[in-house]
This record gives sequence, C-alpha cells and structure tokens, in this order.
Amino acid sequence: MSESLVTFSNVSRFYGEVLGINNVSLTIPPGITSLVGPNGSGKTTLMNLMTGLIRPTQGEIRVLGIAPDHPEKLCRVAGYCTQYDAFPKGLTGYQFLYSYLRVFGMSHAECDDRTLAALQLVGLSDAANRTVAAYSKGMRQRIKLAQAIAHDPQVMVLDEPLNGLDPLARSEAIALFRQWGEKGRHVIVSSHILHEVDQISDQVILLSQGYVVAEGQIQGVRSEVKDQPMQILVRCDRPGMLAARLFQQDHVVEAKIHADGKGLLLRTKDADSFYLLLNRVILDSGLEVESVAPADDDVNSVYQYLIGSEGSAV
Amino acid sequence: MSQMGGVLRLEMKKTFLSRRGWWIYCLALGPVFLSLMHWLVAMRQNFGRHSIGEDSVVFAALYHFYFLRCGIFFGCMGIFSNLFRGEMLEKTLHYYYLTPLRRELLVAGKYVAGLASALVLFVGSTALSFLLLGRHFGPAWTDYLLHGPGLSQLGSYVLVTALACIGYGAVFLMCGILFRNPMIAAAVVWVWENLNPFLPTLLKKISVIFYLKNLCPVEVPIPPPFNVMVIEADPTPFWIAVPGLLAVALILLVYSAISARQLEISYGE
Repeated sequence: MSESLVTFSNVSRFYGEVLGINNVSLTIPPGITSLVGPNGSGKTTLMNLMTGLIRPTQGEIRVLGIAPDHPEKLCRVAGYCTQYDAFPKGLTGYQFLYSYLRVFGMSHAECDDRTLAALQLVGLSDAANRTVAAYSKGMRQRIKLAQAIAHDPQVMVLDEPLNGLDPLARSEAIALFRQWGEKGRHVIVSSHILHEVDQISDQVILLSQGYVVAEGQIQGVRSEVKDQPMQILVRCDRPGMLAARLFQQDHVVEAKIHADGKGLLLRTKDADSFYLLLNRVILDSGLEVESVAPADDDVNSVYQYLIGSEGSAV
Repeated sequence: MSQMGGVLRLEMKKTFLSRRGWWIYCLALGPVFLSLMHWLVAMRQNFGRHSIGEDSVVFAALYHFYFLRCGIFFGCMGIFSNLFRGEMLEKTLHYYYLTPLRRELLVAGKYVAGLASALVLFVGSTALSFLLLGRHFGPAWTDYLLHGPGLSQLGSYVLVTALACIGYGAVFLMCGILFRNPMIAAAVVWVWENLNPFLPTLLKKISVIFYLKNLCPVEVPIPPPFNVMVIEADPTPFWIAVPGLLAVALILLVYSAISARQLEISYGE
C-alpha cells in the first residue's frame, strides 16, 4: 500500500533555529492534493523535502516507497515544478527540455519525442526555438511545468503552478491536473488562489506556521471544525415559515432570508439535527425545497476558520 | 555513461565559449598575443639580436611567472569554481538535482566538461605561444623543434599545463561546492602557491606548483632580492610527481562528490 503513497512520518525541518515544518505526519494518496497556507507556513519546505532538494532534520519520508535521498530512483517517478524563476542561460525552450531529458539517460529519439510532446502539452510548440530568456512570465511558468512532466512522472509536485498564467492557460493547466489525477497519479499542488484549489482538489492539506492544521477531503475537514457553526443555504418557496420553525431550535445560531425571498441562509451547530428537522417541516407543511447545500465547506471558509485570515489575502 | 554524456553535452553548451568567460579567454590568449608581437618585432629587427636559447629562457619565465602563477591558476578558478557555485548563484542547480543522476556522476561530468574547456584554452595557448615565440628564427627554429630539444620542451610544457588544469581544476571545483564565496579560498591558495619558493621543504610539498615547477624543462631562477630568501628542496622525481598530482586531484574529486551528495538546494533562502 505504501508503494502508492507519499508518506511523512514525524518529519521536522529547521533552518538553523528557524522552524520550517514541525513533526509532520502525512499520508498523501493518488489524486490532486493541494497544500494551502500563508507565506512561511511550510508548503515549499514540504515540497523540497519530498523531492530530496533538502533533507529532514528528523523523521522519515517515502515517495511511493522510495526515500528522497536516492535521487537515482526518486527522480524517475517524481517531477517538481519549483518556484525558482531561473533557467540556464542561452538555451531555447526545446534545448532546455531536451538537454535535461538527456541527463535521464534517454536516447536522442526518445528525448526528442518527449520534448515535443511536453511542449505541445503546455502550448509552447511555436516558441520552442526561442531562448527561454525571451519568454514572458506565463511562458516561463509553462516551460517549467513542461520540464517537470516531460519524463512522465507518477508524482508531480507543483509549487504555485498557476502563478503568472492567463485565465485560458489556467483553465488548461487545471484540466491537465484533473486528467493526471483521474489517471491515478499524485498531483501535489500549492496555491494561494483558494477558489481554484477548491475546484481542483481531491484533498487539501492546510498548513500554518510549520504545522499541519488539517488534512483530508475538504468537506470532511469542514465537518471536523466543530466550533464554527455550519452554514447551509436552503432554496425553498416559504423561507419565512422555515426560519420561524428553526428559531425554536437551540442549535440554530442565525438565519437570514435571501434577498430574492426564495432562500434561507442559516448557521447551525448541529447539521444532522437540522436535516432531520427540515425533513419534518417538509412532511408537516408541504414546504417545496429546490436545493439544500452547505455554504461554507469550501477551502476558503475552512481556511478562514482554521488559519484565521482571508484566503485571497494570503 | 549516457547520463554522463548528457551532463557533458549540457555543460559544454553552457560554458564553452560563453560570453561571461571573456576574461578567461583574455588570460589564455594574452601570451599568444605577446608571442605574436615578439615574432613581429623580431622580424622587423632583421631576425633579432638574440639566440634561440635566450628565447627559450624567456618562454620559461613567461611560463613560470605568467602561465602557472596567474593565467592557468585564475583561468581554472573562473572555470571550475563556477561549475557549482555559478549555478547556485543563478538558481539553476536544482534542474540537475531533479534528474535521476548520481551526484558523483554530476561532479565527474562537470569536472570533465570544465577540464575540456581548460585544456583547449590553456594547452592550446601554451603550444601556440611556444611555437610562435621562436618563429622569427625561421628554419633554425624548425630544426630546433624537430631535431633539437624543442619538441620535448613543448611536450613538457603541455604536460605541465594539463596537470595544472587537472590539479587546480579539482581544487576549485571543491571550493565552488564548499564555499559560498570561493574567491576567498582561491586567494588563500594563490598566496600559498606563490609563497612556495620561500617555504620550508616539508611545506613546499603541500602545493601543486612545487611538483609542476619540477616538471618544467627550463628552470628559471628567482630574481634578486627575493633569491636570498629561497629555500632549495630536492625536486620530486617524475614518476612520483605525476601520479602524486593525479592522486591528489582524485582525492579532491571524491571529496567533492561526497559534498555534492550532501548538498541541499535552498540557494540561501
């Protein structure tokens, strides 16, 4: 089983006396996993550790069963798109990808094929023969992405991969991540843009000041946050009547009728009791309900509850 | 081997004839230019008023005081200390560290690529300077080369240059991995190497230049007033000096490989 997982066991990393991450234990299954946290929370440290660029002060890491201090094995199954916006001087986009693929020990024909395929995947085929130094920020981001995936790794570690991309390129990149995730690969992404994290993630890892605050599927994480009442939006024909019934319950903290008069936004400390009550109201009074949906089980809300600042301001 | 070939290809593309190495080309081509000037001036003065023997001493002095103590030393510093440190400063070393390449092979590949550049530049410069210096003697120079000691002298200078590149290359490659600012380490090595004639016999032997000097075909005395401070030492035999230098270079490279394996990529952030 551990052969298909990325695992951290009591891993700490200190930079001198400065804490990078502390006592992190994690298991990352295949699919898209997002690392979320403010600057300095330890996202990049976690990524550098799992790709062997730095070593843990203590603890053990395994990527598909491989220790990161064996780059000969690890780098065949893992690719890392770092935050460093730097490239060897004088190389074209094609040469950049091709040259590092040759270091993998592949033949000329294989390197050529993979280079062209990776360039096409990130939409840089037309710019293949221009020097990377002449690329725009978005193109540099895409060539880094191409370099990380050109050898077709099982584990893709992507540090802020959407930075600098225009909206079209962003949606293309997100579609690619989804595609890889669906194929059963590990796509480990860090991002500041929480609504995009929300869209793409199968699971999230919330980090704050070097500690893992929460991990798992976002709805599961939200339900674990007991001290924050759950927000639920009910679209129905008689929200006033529903609100009146709800105010009789102790677990309901707040209820607001929607501006269009056809919905009710409520906050409850006990979602299960609310759902039971709603069923009873429907049966008793014939309330017509169009939809019932949690309104704060997204990454942004969970982030605010657990870390305490606006996601967009991170 | 194909991985090593990949490193070599990439390193040669990045470093050989790169614009930022202009000062290294100047260091290498300086003596060639001087020899060319010497040839042209001597031609104008009707083949000069000096002998081939005097010219070979002039070349020996140029070789001892310029090539060994300055040109090759600083050229190797520029080439080899940048192999790792340059990539750390430019924040591009992680691309290598994210390939399934043994760090030992990376060190070896970078060293061989640096050595190839250094050999082309400095062996080429040594040979060209030597051949051009006596060119104005015409057939006498050809005769000196083919039937006299010329060719053997040239062979010795080329061998010493190659050994200097091998030795200093290993020293500076290691400095580039170990030190954030390899220039300080290079300055210490340079002072040590230049103090060599004045050091006690035992300390003399802990240097590269001591062995190289002994392999040179023409000895150049230290000029006054420094000559009174020179401490003479028995020259090391050829069969010890050459394998000894190669062994020292190998030890430094092994240590560099171990250090490269321990190296973390954080670029000081």
